[in-house]
Amino acid sequence: MSLSKFKFDKRIVLSFWIILIALIIAAPTLLPVFRLNLLGRYLSLSIVALGVDLIWGYTGLLSLGQGIFFALGGYCAAMYLQITSSSEFPNNIPEFFALYGVEKLPFFWEPFKSPIFTFFAIWIIPALVAGLIGFLVFRNRIKGVYFSILTQASLLVFFNFFNGQQKLINGTNGLKTDVTQLYGQMVGSESMQRIFFWITAILVIAAWFFAKWVVRGRFGNILIGIRDDEPRVRFTGYNPVIFKTIVFSIAGGLAGISGALYTVQSGIVSPQFMTVPFSIEMVIWVAVGGRGTLLGAILGAVFINYAKSLVSEALPASWMFIQGGLFILVVTALPEGVLGWIQGDGPRNLLQRFGLKRKIETYPSLEVNNKEGNNE
Amino acid sequence: MNNKDLLNLIDITVSFEGFLALNKLNLKLKKGELRAVIGPNGAGKTTFLDVITGKVKPTKGEVIFKGKSLVGRKEHKIARLGVGRKFQSPRIFENLTVKENLEISVSTPKSPLNLINKSIKDEQLNEIERLMKIVNLAQKVDSKAGSLSHGQKQWLEIAMLVGQKPDLMLVDEPVAGLTDEETDLTADLLKSLSGQNTVVVIDHDMEFIRRLDSNVSVLNQGTVLCEGTMETIQKDQKVIDVYLGRPED
Repeated sequence: MSLSKFKFDKRIVLSFWIILIALIIAAPTLLPVFRLNLLGRYLSLSIVALGVDLIWGYTGLLSLGQGIFFALGGYCAAMYLQITSSSEFPNNIPEFFALYGVEKLPFFWEPFKSPIFTFFAIWIIPALVAGLIGFLVFRNRIKGVYFSILTQASLLVFFNFFNGQQKLINGTNGLKTDVTQLYGQMVGSESMQRIFFWITAILVIAAWFFAKWVVRGRFGNILIGIRDDEPRVRFTGYNPVIFKTIVFSIAGGLAGISGALYTVQSGIVSPQFMTVPFSIEMVIWVAVGGRGTLLGAILGAVFINYAKSLVSEALPASWMFIQGGLFILVVTALPEGVLGWIQGDGPRNLLQRFGLKRKIETYPSLEVNNKEGNNE
Repeated sequence: MNNKDLLNLIDITVSFEGFLALNKLNLKLKKGELRAVIGPNGAGKTTFLDVITGKVKPTKGEVIFKGKSLVGRKEHKIARLGVGRKFQSPRIFENLTVKENLEISVSTPKSPLNLINKSIKDEQLNEIERLMKIVNLAQKVDSKAGSLSHGQKQWLEIAMLVGQKPDLMLVDEPVAGLTDEETDLTADLLKSLSGQNTVVVIDHDMEFIRRLDSNVSVLNQGTVLCEGTMETIQKDQKVIDVYLGRPED
């Protein structure tokens, strides 16, 4: 039984890769720039979803505040782009400062003049913030629903802070990136957007491999152990606080990368990235795609968002109902998500129900036992 | 302080909002000893284990293990010092395989960096194989632990406990729900572990305790009522009154 299941998994993974690579190669020529840009955005969202799967699907930490780290990554990228494109504005600082009478660049903008600093800041700053929040929360043994509430409360704190700071980061208006310059080209231009699509596609694959590496082997098993029975992990001599802090920090870093890629492809970063519904949506992508599968997180993020844009074009205002319905359907009918359902022999059971496939005659476990009996 | 004492509980009192779960409990364990702890429901048996393993902090009193105080230490630190615990109902990681469960228990050092970077050492793999043979799970290596029978789960947890290589093993009701045959095998296994290891077994099952052939401590209302061999305590009038005095047939 385990052998056939293994093959089945392999087949899914292999076909996924073929489709994905074909899509990535074909997309820039097949899709109009508008659609390509949308696909690029959704792929970047799948990176934050991978992080959600690591902390929720594997470790059991349901964070409703991933928007914080997503937005931080976005702001890091946008600050760099704004500052490198500000030479023609008064005082050589980004244009919006003039609106509020700011003449001197706030100190924390200074390091973002450096592309190298920005490159690291995009993922290290969100990872550090996540690590700090995580450590304080986990050390005090706050878990379950209290953890979820706390992350959502933190999200609101960050949202209100960013929303109110016009003089520092343009407050509620956010920072625009599409009219900024990067290496002499306009960020919003078609050629740049195509490059961002490639970068995103490559980073999604890299992030997937990285997440795979995190959950493979004993480290991943400890994460699953923490999810299923944390005190048992403690009594075996492991300190769950460290493991949870590390994985939460990893998810924060992934969210930061995701936010930066999303920002440059959507043209703006604003406190809207830190609204409550958006962070909940991230959880829905993973729940629908399949918790604890990694691949499900990627597929969930891309397909739900694609469906969202298609539905919104055809029937404006109906998307929220469809998304809510989808979530209820998954929670009640497919608790393991779509991919989890496929991996768990769901299609076979469905076909059997309609009489399209013969039922297994004995329990699979009996067959396995017989085989073992012969070996003895 | 006597060096031969591995564990020394001195005047342990645990109060849950006025209710005394343990009341001035004193208990000493020698290295290599096998000790059975019995007592009626609510006598404080599980709280007694909670205090040693750091889950519950005593209101008063001292726990000395290998000459060090355990009071106020975190659970994982106490576990690393060499205190292992098997829970009342089997607590294994059901979504992991038998082998993965044992890997978690035998792996050292237990730091995240070690676990993510390095693969498991050969001697640890050998140890896992040895353990699986002892508890008859060798054929179930790659089965999910959740698919095991109740008895197999109990044994897997005992194997995990042994794999941790603790100096002190605390075993809470290891034969609950086991068949007679499994119970006998478990008794033999625990007896064979003592000597090298110090083992504390908590149980109600008198037949099983008798089979362990060890010193017995009787707990009642949070304190040690009586200590001695099975014959001694069976003759003790206080014990008969609170515990054994119930008509059996």
